[in-house]
Amino acid sequence: MTPDDMDLLAALARNRAGLRIESDKAYLVESRLNPLARREGFESIEAMVAALRAKRDDRLIWAVVEALTLNETAFFRDREVFAHLRDELLPALSRRHDRPIRIWSAACSTGQEVYSLAMTASEARDIEPGAQFEFFGSDLSERCLEKAQSGLYTQFEVQRGLPIRSLVKHFENQDEMWAISPRIRQAVRWRRINLMADLSPMGKFDAILLRNVLPGLDPAVRPRVVESLAARLEDDGVLLLGAGESLGELTGAVRPLADRLGLFSRDPSFRAAA
Amino acid sequence: MKTCLVVDDSRVIRKVARRVLEDIGFEIAEAADGVEALAWCRAAMPDAVLLDWNMPVMNGIEFLRHLRQEPGGEAPIVVFCTVENDIEHIRLALDTGANEYIMKPFDGDIIAAKFAEAGLL
Repeated sequence: MTPDDMDLLAALARNRAGLRIESDKAYLVESRLNPLARREGFESIEAMVAALRAKRDDRLIWAVVEALTLNETAFFRDREVFAHLRDELLPALSRRHDRPIRIWSAACSTGQEVYSLAMTASEARDIEPGAQFEFFGSDLSERCLEKAQSGLYTQFEVQRGLPIRSLVKHFENQDEMWAISPRIRQAVRWRRINLMADLSPMGKFDAILLRNVLPGLDPAVRPRVVESLAARLEDDGVLLLGAGESLGELTGAVRPLADRLGLFSRDPSFRAAA
Repeated sequence: MKTCLVVDDSRVIRKVARRVLEDIGFEIAEAADGVEALAWCRAAMPDAVLLDWNMPVMNGIEFLRHLRQEPGGEAPIVVFCTVENDIEHIRLALDTGANEYIMKPFDGDIIAAKFAEAGLL
């Protein structure tokens, strides 16, 4: 790829989805786009980029942008965060409401995070009897969502973060794959969401997870993404970033509760600049 | 330093596991089957056992049954590491007293994650 090719790809990723693509990371871009170029029937990434230049085919542009998203994930990523969810946050939320508790994994990749939440809620001891949880998973990538929705994982994937007792409890063998139980799968609803878009149709949430996502976004769009998610939180809602992720002076929309866990509370007095 | 007994009839697997486990701070002993492993445990009970299932002389599940009956044999954290990857084998292992379970093929990340899961790191 030429530097011009990289610039074009970086500009598309930034403008469409707020993604940060560093110009010196051509190898990363190539490793993510190679499978797409093959699927789309191009001889090479260069040929695919040439086709993009020749004709701004919206479908292909989105396929490229989606392929450039980071989808690194694992079950129960950051064990102490999920221990906190199980022992503190989910029980506290379950006592708070006489309506379903709504939790959104806002860049859910292939679903491990939101399924981990659903498994945690089903195992937590101090959940108020009768409390109902609604889990939402959204991602920019259709391919990731399809996999998430299937609830099928490889042997390698179920060995990343998932305790063996949770595997036995919530999964079944299905040919060479592991299938999550219908009870957990049906607890989650899915939608393709671009976090750069207007999020108000999503309604309000008690907790939103945006873990390990901001570092992959262009610094210029980070405040806007945090603020538009904060606006989707109930007044007493919480935002979870990745463990150890901090916002510094980025925005006043949320305040840190526990930095180590990446836990933030909404500041209801904050009004985003129009 | 914590000790881990690596029980596998494949010398190659023992070598790979030894390297991974030494990197995360374990002192390693090796055994090629369940009988050898029991002899080790009677001499010096390890903190952890990484245990293959299919081995000659005495297989992993028989070893585990014997181990849990030994004086002090309830203490070691036992992590199976086997090609047996169906839910019935996993249930049997857990019911027999295994703490965690790795399905081969494994890599260093999986071993480290499972050992952390089992409270060994």
